[in-house]
Amino acid sequence: MTATMTKPQVAGGDGQARGALARSVRDSLVVARRNLVRMLRIPEVVIFGIIQPVMFVLLFAYVFGGAISIPGAAAADRSAYREFMMAGVFAQTVTFATAGASAGIADDMHKGLIDRFRALPMARGAVLTGRTLADLVQSAVTVLVLMGCALVVGWRIHEGLPKALAAFGLLLLLGYGFSWIGALIGLSVRTPEAATSAGLVWLFPLTFMSNAFVPTNNMPTVVRHIADWNPFSTTVQASRELFGNQFQPVASDAWPMQHPVLASLLWSLLITVVFRTLAVRKYRSATV
Amino acid sequence: MPGAIYAEGLVKTFGEVRALDGVDLDVPEGSVLGLLGPNGAGKTTTVRVLTTLLRPDAGRAVVAGHDVVAEPDAVRHNIGLSGQFAAVDEYLTGRENLQMVGELYQMSSRAARARAVELLEQFDLADAGDRPTKTYSGGMRRRLDLAAALVVKPPVMFMDEPTTGLDPRNRMLLWEVIESLVAGGTTLLLTTQYLEEADRLAHDIAVVDHGRVIARGTADQLKAQTGGERVEVVVHDRDLLGTATEVLHGFSKGESTVDQHTRKITVPVSGGAKLLAEVIRELDGRGVEIDDIGLRRPTLDDVFLSLTGHVAEEKSEAQDEAEPRGAAGGKGKKERG
Ligand SMILES: Nc1ncnc2c1ncn2[C@@H]1O[C@H](COP(=O)(O)OP(=O)(O)O)[C@@H](O)[C@H]1O
Ligand SMILES: [Mg+2]
Repeated sequence: MTATMTKPQVAGGDGQARGALARSVRDSLVVARRNLVRMLRIPEVVIFGIIQPVMFVLLFAYVFGGAISIPGAAAADRSAYREFMMAGVFAQTVTFATAGASAGIADDMHKGLIDRFRALPMARGAVLTGRTLADLVQSAVTVLVLMGCALVVGWRIHEGLPKALAAFGLLLLLGYGFSWIGALIGLSVRTPEAATSAGLVWLFPLTFMSNAFVPTNNMPTVVRHIADWNPFSTTVQASRELFGNQFQPVASDAWPMQHPVLASLLWSLLITVVFRTLAVRKYRSATV
Repeated sequence: MPGAIYAEGLVKTFGEVRALDGVDLDVPEGSVLGLLGPNGAGKTTTVRVLTTLLRPDAGRAVVAGHDVVAEPDAVRHNIGLSGQFAAVDEYLTGRENLQMVGELYQMSSRAARARAVELLEQFDLADAGDRPTKTYSGGMRRRLDLAAALVVKPPVMFMDEPTTGLDPRNRMLLWEVIESLVAGGTTLLLTTQYLEEADRLAHDIAVVDHGRVIARGTADQLKAQTGGERVEVVVHDRDLLGTATEVLHGFSKGESTVDQHTRKITVPVSGGAKLLAEVIRELDGRGVEIDDIGLRRPTLDDVFLSLTGHVAEEKSEAQDEAEPRGAAGGKGKKERG
């Protein structure tokens, strides 16, 4: 090994000149690229991340579909349920990205990478922002593939492309907010294994106590109130309306159900701001 | 004026555990301090406080002229850290790892790429540079980790047990790198459990135990503190042990010990190699045949034993592949032997 070292020098001359925001953006993109490269090198993770919701689509469409009647649709109309539940599967898919974020961050902690990053003169939130941005890209790809499958089994966009894109945006925004919850979980648990389950368990009640797979009108009152105010339901409802997968106006008169697009936007922004703040604070003092 | 690394009364507790119990350090610019201590002594915690990863409960530390609590970002611009466990992304290649670190040190992409090439060359990783580091051996990963710490040629470096778990060949390689780094003027704080390593690399040694610095000085000063040199003689014929002891008494500076079983006599002396020749001549003159004779200087092992009452080295060596992959800071599960 030839090890000729030059006189040490202080780095970062151009770093100081750059604005704090520009630095933050660049650092986040550097970390996001790192996470995307990792995803490409472990394609199993991405592939199973797609297979799982595709299975959900098929199960719901062909196994449960016939047993659930959708208000406003003819009982014999089997495609009605497929149209109805698809927004739920899309939304569930983006929220399940949470588990990826929590496992990834916990793994970085465990391997000492978070320590390496924290000892570098980089923007404070960049490690987590980079991770959540990479998850966002993955979610976008997954949902697009899923929409392709959905079209095959009979799901349709009825309200035109601009509204469909708006729905896509709301779905991704929900997923983005949730991946900050995942980041916080990843920083808080002691092992990557715990992070995977901790990132996942609470998503089941959250996504099933909602309007995603069955209409809420037959639920017990308390559960129905929870479902109506659930941020997850709001995004599902908003997408349903924007895609035109509704058969009659929603029965609930709860405010988020009457204004689902606005409610979904507000919920997702609130989740992002709150959990980003908590996660970045946790990151700064994180120890394994 | 305080040195490149200066710490005063650092305290850090984790629940019941007082990991640091008032650590004071002063490392002059361009010198190497070896932080020597057994598992759980508080070495990693000290490094984590000095590199801004942990906030001390009490005390104050200044690194490269900046307070670690008040100006952590300024400190980070001036330090390189190679932690206890190699921290590289296993799915990125060696080159990608180094380039990423360079960019996060706020270098331009082009400069970071060029620096990565330079470092891969320097650390004998050029051939493996485009493989994911998952495929690297423990020694290669260690080297890459060290390279990542040197991306910006920081004036102050921290290395936490850089050679623990490495085979002798990789250890030698790393020692050479560290020596040339120091020759270039870098200030270095190095922790180790290996007394030999501190002896070879460090100008000054601080012995830590239970979160305190219990002794400091050069290797020679610490050895002198433990007691001077000794002559050890193994006599061929057990019957002549008495005669030999009598001869050695003449040179002794203190209490001598005689081991009947191994026929070994040990006496504290002063006078070095010259004296050894005299001892041999006199024994010869009295007709005592010897199997072995030697001048023994205290090792840092002796130093540690006399200071703490227990032996320093606990881990087994030369397990190149068995890189410990535990918690990043090596927390919690460590017990004192
Ligand atoms: N994050 C932590 N939580 C709880 N205990 C810790 C933590 N970090 C270190 N310790 C404890 O502090 C003591 C010193 O640890 P450490 O600095 O890692 O020692 P060394 O590096 O010398 O082996 C040990 O008893 C260890 O168990
Ligand atoms: Mg340690």
